[in-house]
Amino acid sequence: MRAHHVALTCLAVLATQAGADEALDAKALYEARCGGCHALDADRTGPHHAGVYGRRAGSVAGFAYSPALAGSRIVWNEVTLERWLRDPEALIPGQRMNVRVSDPAERRAIIGYLRAAR
Amino acid sequence: MTTLLVPARRSFLSSSGKATLSVAAIALLAGRADLASAAAGDAARDVDILNVALGLEHEAINAYQLGATSGLLQKPVLDVAVLFQSHHKSHRDALITTIEKMGGKPVAEKSINDYAKALNAASLTSQADVLNLAARLEMGATNAYLGVIPAFKDHNLAQIAGRLAADETMHWTALTSALGRPLPTKALSFGA
Repeated sequence: MRAHHVALTCLAVLATQAGADEALDAKALYEARCGGCHALDADRTGPHHAGVYGRRAGSVAGFAYSPALAGSRIVWNEVTLERWLRDPEALIPGQRMNVRVSDPAERRAIIGYLRAAR
Repeated sequence: MTTLLVPARRSFLSSSGKATLSVAAIALLAGRADLASAAAGDAARDVDILNVALGLEHEAINAYQLGATSGLLQKPVLDVAVLFQSHHKSHRDALITTIEKMGGKPVAEKSINDYAKALNAASLTSQADVLNLAARLEMGATNAYLGVIPAFKDHNLAQIAGRLAADETMHWTALTSALGRPLPTKALSFGA
């Protein structure tokens, strides 16, 4: 009975969290947090993001990556993007982005947006 | 082609760069190569961050140049755009000075055609389009500067990032007002 109650509470928390994430306008959030350097379809200060989900880090042809990023074997997915946005230097020491997105809900929304960006 | 002001080179960032380098120098003099190496590494990382900032400033200068020469901006909006561009030129000059004093190589500006392509300038057909682009870039720059503050090893440079963000926020606010958009209803809407 107690375990059942805990499970329901957890589900309620997750549902609330999901609702909060959905309330974020992912496109506007992407433009606000990432749009200073990135675009979906053009390389700017940072590389383009269309197709980034599932792509190997540092692999956009012609973009001048840091040696650290170019030499990494990371593939961008839910886990790696979460760690990257939380603290890029902790994931790939020597990278050059350094911008952190400190709010977990915002990170989830941005990752969802990047996943859909093809 | 509109000729835009090129402000005098400013040096408000220079003292912090010297301070960072002196840590390495003092450590070397004290025979602590390990500490010198760490300090040099910190400075190199800060230079990387400053170079990304410089890339943003190059882009902003060129975005305003594209807007100012597009024929789409009317006075007094054109004058404001030129003023904001002059701020970005001051940012650029200060960043270049600091990067060089820290022993780094400032990232080079691209051609205006490269910026035009990356920013899809060909799609701009009205004053509102130009203002929307500028507002988007200013918002992005504000958040980029705020987002790198925790990464700076030199707290003086972190403060400078805050000052740069304040300038970009001022630009964004003016542009938002010119577009007739409401201000954010919630506090702490930047830099989360």
